[in-house]
Amino acid sequence: MNPLETLKTAIANSFRSKLRTTLTVLAIFVGAFTLTITNGLGTGISNYIDSQVAAVGASNAFTVTRTDTSSGLGSGPQKYDPNTRVLAAGGRPGSTQVALTQADLDKVAAVPGITGVSPVTRLNTAYIQGNNQDKYQLSVSVLAGAQPQLDAGQNLDDGSQAPQIILPSSYVAPLGFSDSAQAVGQDATIGILDATGTMRTVTAKINGIEQNALLSSGGAFINKALSSGLAQAQATGTPSTTAQVYTSATAAFAPSSAAQIAEMKNQLSAAGYTAQTLDDRIGTVRTVINGIIGVLDAFAVIALVAAGFGIVNTLLMSVQERTREIGLMKAMGMGSGSVFALFSTEAAFIGLLGSLIGSAAAIALGTVVSHALARGPLSDLAGLQILSFAPGPVAVVIVLVMAIAFIAGTLPAWRAARQNPIDSLRYE
Amino acid sequence: MPVPILSTRDLTKTYGRGPDRFDALRGVSLDIDRGDSVAIVGKSGSGKSTLMHLLALLDTPGAGSVHVEGTDARSLNGRRLNALRNQMFGFVFQQFFLNHATTVLDNVVLPLKIAGVGARERRTRGMAVLEQLELADKARNKAGNLSGGQKQRVVIARALANNPRVLFADEPTGNLDSATGRIVEDILFDLNQNHGITLITVTHDHDLAARFNRRLYIRDGQLITTDEEHAA
Repeated sequence: MNPLETLKTAIANSFRSKLRTTLTVLAIFVGAFTLTITNGLGTGISNYIDSQVAAVGASNAFTVTRTDTSSGLGSGPQKYDPNTRVLAAGGRPGSTQVALTQADLDKVAAVPGITGVSPVTRLNTAYIQGNNQDKYQLSVSVLAGAQPQLDAGQNLDDGSQAPQIILPSSYVAPLGFSDSAQAVGQDATIGILDATGTMRTVTAKINGIEQNALLSSGGAFINKALSSGLAQAQATGTPSTTAQVYTSATAAFAPSSAAQIAEMKNQLSAAGYTAQTLDDRIGTVRTVINGIIGVLDAFAVIALVAAGFGIVNTLLMSVQERTREIGLMKAMGMGSGSVFALFSTEAAFIGLLGSLIGSAAAIALGTVVSHALARGPLSDLAGLQILSFAPGPVAVVIVLVMAIAFIAGTLPAWRAARQNPIDSLRYE
Repeated sequence: MPVPILSTRDLTKTYGRGPDRFDALRGVSLDIDRGDSVAIVGKSGSGKSTLMHLLALLDTPGAGSVHVEGTDARSLNGRRLNALRNQMFGFVFQQFFLNHATTVLDNVVLPLKIAGVGARERRTRGMAVLEQLELADKARNKAGNLSGGQKQRVVIARALANNPRVLFADEPTGNLDSATGRIVEDILFDLNQNHGITLITVTHDHDLAARFNRRLYIRDGQLITTDEEHAA
């Protein structure tokens, strides 16, 4: 019997006992459905986190700070070193952060693999004013390779000479714009205090409006031109002798492997700097979510194993029922290998049927539910599709279910194959 | 002298062991020539079915040998043995062993399917053999809906589908009324006389046995020369 004939006969045989096949297919359906849903959940949330992470910063950059060498409790106060400056920092009250100087930036830039270092300057913007007379508080940060998820408009152009800004969508209505699309292209005025306490203003064009996002700080993104304009305004009146110091710097590197990134981190660490990529900072969130998805997947696999026993049972009954037919076929010269292939193909076909229907139902239902959730309870998290189905993982699910079905089918198929034709023909 | 198509030497077969031990065959030697028609006659439990199964290479003997056209069956590997059963032998069973859920044609072409013959040629050859047995009009019917005589003719058609040289029949008329049985007998002898197919039939029916060229009487696992005891 050639393979095509085996396939056709196996398919025909699986439809011979319709009720039994249907029930087995249903059992597999439950497993495949669950597995596809949990997979969709994983893909959906990962996609969301990836886009959110990209919105906050570039993946190929470190945030570099000086490593704090003061040891913990009981070590007493640190000796004063005129070459080190500390800055007040966030965290618990009284925390300080060892400052970075231009010399530090040069040392960081000298590490092999680092393509550029820029200090993170604090721009203490006072307010923003739009179409109406109301002024609102605003914090700004430079883009540094981030890719915000935009409602309207486009991303900033760091090469442009014109000052540009991306505002969070929550600013649109207060600033007197009717909607995001209308706000794009309009001018906004940003106020900033200089070193002498005088309010100075800089005008910037609104280049885009950012969606509400999981990790967003609620601040605005500005391009290089606006950043230097604001820095200039802020520095007006600063005594020229004051050396520039920074709390942290952004060190960009060319896209690298994990090993290369670890190597750069080691070198920076040896030089006395702490370097963290965005993944280091966001990574824990991803680990927790992967853990949850893993547990859900495990439940789905348990359902599939149960379904596997259903396949064993179905096919054993089928072999029992067809004992004489198997005997007849063997008497007519059908080899044991062909009999085995016939029954295991039937098992794999039942598996394929169950997984196709299960996955299709999961995708249909999941898409509907996901859209409903995105419009309703999850509408605050713009861009979150809680269930999203990629062809790759779905194909993996289908192949996995077929493999389980095939393995479940080997025991009955083996029993069918080793039957002695004469014993089978005598069987009543 | 031509090589016999089937020959056996000192064939034995034992079922079970210990107190359940049963010697079905106790040293059977015979030769069957090409084109012959042979009836194996014996009572129930005499070992006649066992002998036929060993001749058809469906079972392995306890001791002794079966030669097919001079080749020792023990020297054949699984693949050659399957090919031999598929191409050389045809089987007609008393209980029919038809698949009732599928059509008459599908039942008839089963040996061709196993042989790996393509769908188109299977159909042509299946229809030809159904034509020969005057069943062409039933080709599309479900096998389960036929009468006993029709079923037995379908079984013969299935046995003939792959042009066998030896046809084994186990009580071919056992389940049929005498008129229908007569028709089936005529078909079998026509195949033997006009198509040169060697016919080997197991029966306990002496009227049927009388129509064969040769009769092999078997009792308690051994061939006996006359049917005196049976006649008695």
